[in-house]
Amino acid sequence: MSAMLIAEQTLNGLQLGTMLFLMAAGLTLVFGIMNLINLAHGSLYMLGAYFAATLFRLTGSFLLAGAGAFVGVLALGMLLELAVLRRFYARDHLDQVLATFGLILFFNEMARIVWGPQAVFMPLPEALEGTVALIPGAPYPLYRLVTIGVGMAVAVALYLLIGRTRAGMLIRAGASNRTMVEALGVNIRVLYTAVFGLGAALAALAGTMAGPLLSVQVGMGDGVLILTLVVIVIGGIGSIRGAFIAALLVGLSDTFGRMLLPAAVAEMTIYILMAAILTWRPQGLFPAHD
Amino acid sequence: MDRPLLKVTGLMKRFGALVATDNLSLDLKDGEIHALIGPNGAGKSTLVAQLAGELRSDAGRVEFEGADVTALTPPERVALGMVRSFQITSVFREFTALANVALAVQARQGHSFRFWRSAKTDPALVGPARRCLEQVGLGDRADWPTARLSYGEQRQLEIAMALATNPKLLLLDEPLAGMGREDGAVIVELLSSLRGKHTMLLIEHDMDAVFSLADRISVLVYGRAIATGTPDTIRRDPDVQRAYLGEEAHAGEFFNA
Amino acid sequence: MTDTTTMTGPPALRAPSARLWAVALLAVALLALPPAAKALGEPFYISLVSRVLVFALAAMSLDLILGYGGMVCFGHAMFMGVGAYVVGILAHHGAEETLLFGLLPGTDSGWIAWPLAMLCAGLLALAVGYVSLRTKGIHFIMITLAFAQMAYFFFVSLRAYGGDDGLSLAARSTFSDLVSLRDKTSFYYVALGVLVVVGLLLWRVTNSRFGMVLQGAKANERRMAHIGFPVFRYRLVAFTLAGAIAGLAGALLANQANFVSPAMMHWTRSGEIIVMVILGGMGSLVGPVVGAFVFLLLEEVLSGWTEHWQAVFGPMLLLVVIYARQGLYGLLPAREGK
Repeated sequence: MSAMLIAEQTLNGLQLGTMLFLMAAGLTLVFGIMNLINLAHGSLYMLGAYFAATLFRLTGSFLLAGAGAFVGVLALGMLLELAVLRRFYARDHLDQVLATFGLILFFNEMARIVWGPQAVFMPLPEALEGTVALIPGAPYPLYRLVTIGVGMAVAVALYLLIGRTRAGMLIRAGASNRTMVEALGVNIRVLYTAVFGLGAALAALAGTMAGPLLSVQVGMGDGVLILTLVVIVIGGIGSIRGAFIAALLVGLSDTFGRMLLPAAVAEMTIYILMAAILTWRPQGLFPAHD
Repeated sequence: MDRPLLKVTGLMKRFGALVATDNLSLDLKDGEIHALIGPNGAGKSTLVAQLAGELRSDAGRVEFEGADVTALTPPERVALGMVRSFQITSVFREFTALANVALAVQARQGHSFRFWRSAKTDPALVGPARRCLEQVGLGDRADWPTARLSYGEQRQLEIAMALATNPKLLLLDEPLAGMGREDGAVIVELLSSLRGKHTMLLIEHDMDAVFSLADRISVLVYGRAIATGTPDTIRRDPDVQRAYLGEEAHAGEFFNA
Repeated sequence: MTDTTTMTGPPALRAPSARLWAVALLAVALLALPPAAKALGEPFYISLVSRVLVFALAAMSLDLILGYGGMVCFGHAMFMGVGAYVVGILAHHGAEETLLFGLLPGTDSGWIAWPLAMLCAGLLALAVGYVSLRTKGIHFIMITLAFAQMAYFFFVSLRAYGGDDGLSLAARSTFSDLVSLRDKTSFYYVALGVLVVVGLLLWRVTNSRFGMVLQGAKANERRMAHIGFPVFRYRLVAFTLAGAIAGLAGALLANQANFVSPAMMHWTRSGEIIVMVILGGMGSLVGPVVGAFVFLLLEEVLSGWTEHWQAVFGPMLLLVVIYARQGLYGLLPAREGK
């Protein structure tokens, strides 16, 4: 096993990790602040990929496609929150699971109706084709490096947003003690809609970036959803920092697991990881709640 | 009986930098009604949680009837006869009052790995449950769903459930919480009727109730018991008066009681 | 009814409730279905409703822990799948005349395979429950989901038994010539019989002292601890029992489908069983049976109209959760009080 192979797999693990972080950030915030389990988060990822693929085909510009998907799913997410999901904040988790399960079925089928059952091909943007030799003699796809970069940039941006702005302060407070923030008279509804929209948009971004790498098809969100849930449980509900660390942990574990272990066991790697962490720290690594 | 029923020694509980229970020591004599009073934030809720076994103490000992119970879980303590009631009513809302108390009775009758016989019609459960309800004055509410009981009646149910477990020691966490004068008087009378039959640690803010019921009073300030004695002794204790001076309402009650 | 001094009045004095009527009607309909279907020249319905009965059994077992116990287990399909695979693997070895683990001969005898299916599923449930029941809420959901995924991937990896493609059932379970499960109608009545017997047993269990502990723990776990119940052990027993029954349903499913595959234990299958319980009305034992009916019949009917039936079903589920949370059977008024 060469150092180059390890380096390559590490980068792959980081790439998976940063994509999972984009997904997990939104999901953990929504769960932490609004106490809502949203299984349809994977569907938002899928729709982001579909929107981006379609816009890319129409405009030829990856940037436009990405921006369009971002804004489109942002709007869709906020609409979903306003029309359907906000009545579930007070309901128990089982109801939320069932309702969002129904949404998954709906979105999957709508995608099948609009785009058909076949996978939609999304090519790599021309500017990002090719490889970069970060380590001399070990070329690595430029696009994947850019994906890692985007993920890290979002992480920094979220860090600044959450840590340094007033809105971020409200988010942190809401994740820690929802009732208190409401009692303080903050217009909590606007906050909720904004947070949900942000989470949805980040999922769309993940979907956009994943488009050229994986196949854009119905049901692509289901597998990612499970991985994302594992990430937020490991990271600690409501914690962006936890989501970041857990996402990288899961990304690297899964990648190295597949490289080192036989197929069946490799699939189980992240679940064993989750079980181990929960045994040691039942609330996850960085629980936000008091 | 010389040995105290409950002996608490050096109990500690920290939440980060906050010391909620600070080297607290307390003795409860068998058969007495011992009240625990103190300003808000004194650590009474934390102490109840520690005594009930819900919160693990950082240090100290709790001895019940001479045996060390410090590490026991709540069900284990109930089995020995230490039972708490809750400040915020904690009952089974979907069940009838009778079913609530019957569950408490059931807990005291050995294990519940019985799968065939109907529990709802079991006289071994229903009989004692009805008696407990009658004892607290809810006899005619037995078949009412708990959600339909008034707030005061639910507080009575709280106590009925604690009684149904056949306790030696009752940890009563603000039984009068949220009660008006009339409802409160019902509870005070009920507790008075239990005098001698059960030892009680009564955590309360209502000074009238405390002074009329308590044999002894301990005053809790910043997690430690600063004074213990008869109601008269406590009333005249300068430390206690100082502790309450910041809280005008209570200070007034002290000087006027 | 002004009689409030007794917990239960003598049955004869109470008018049968709407629920009782529903159960009676359902029982009659189920008993009469095979001859009616044959008379109408639609024997297909016997197979269809057989499938419903099998899932009704699984849903009922889930209701024990979900509806009565409050445990949102997202891995129930795993126990069903394990039960199915026990039957499938034993039948496979029986037909090939090879030894399982090099030790045990295969068999298609239901007398051996079915109890073994229940045992294996039950033991798995015991192990999963032992680890999972220490957690609550979303963590419990996630851990049960994780175990279900692990089971799924484990069976996918079993190349010897078909892996991802699954395994045909080499032979239907036999019961010493008492009944031939190859006959649709016989299978139907066996499935119905099992459902009724298990239903009656669960009815006693949910009304027993054990059942009361489960329900109390669902309503207020904290209080249960403080009146003296070590809740964990009771939940573990319930979880194991539910798993074993799901294993039995799996054994039946293997026979009904003539096939076992890892897809049977995918997490979305667990989700579907949860939907059946909620759709029918959880915490009632009959509700899940109704739910299984509605779910599978709806799936059948809707997919007949349009291949995009899930686009209709999804919103329907959403509406049920919003407006009819107590489920269809739950909408029927029951007797006053509890």
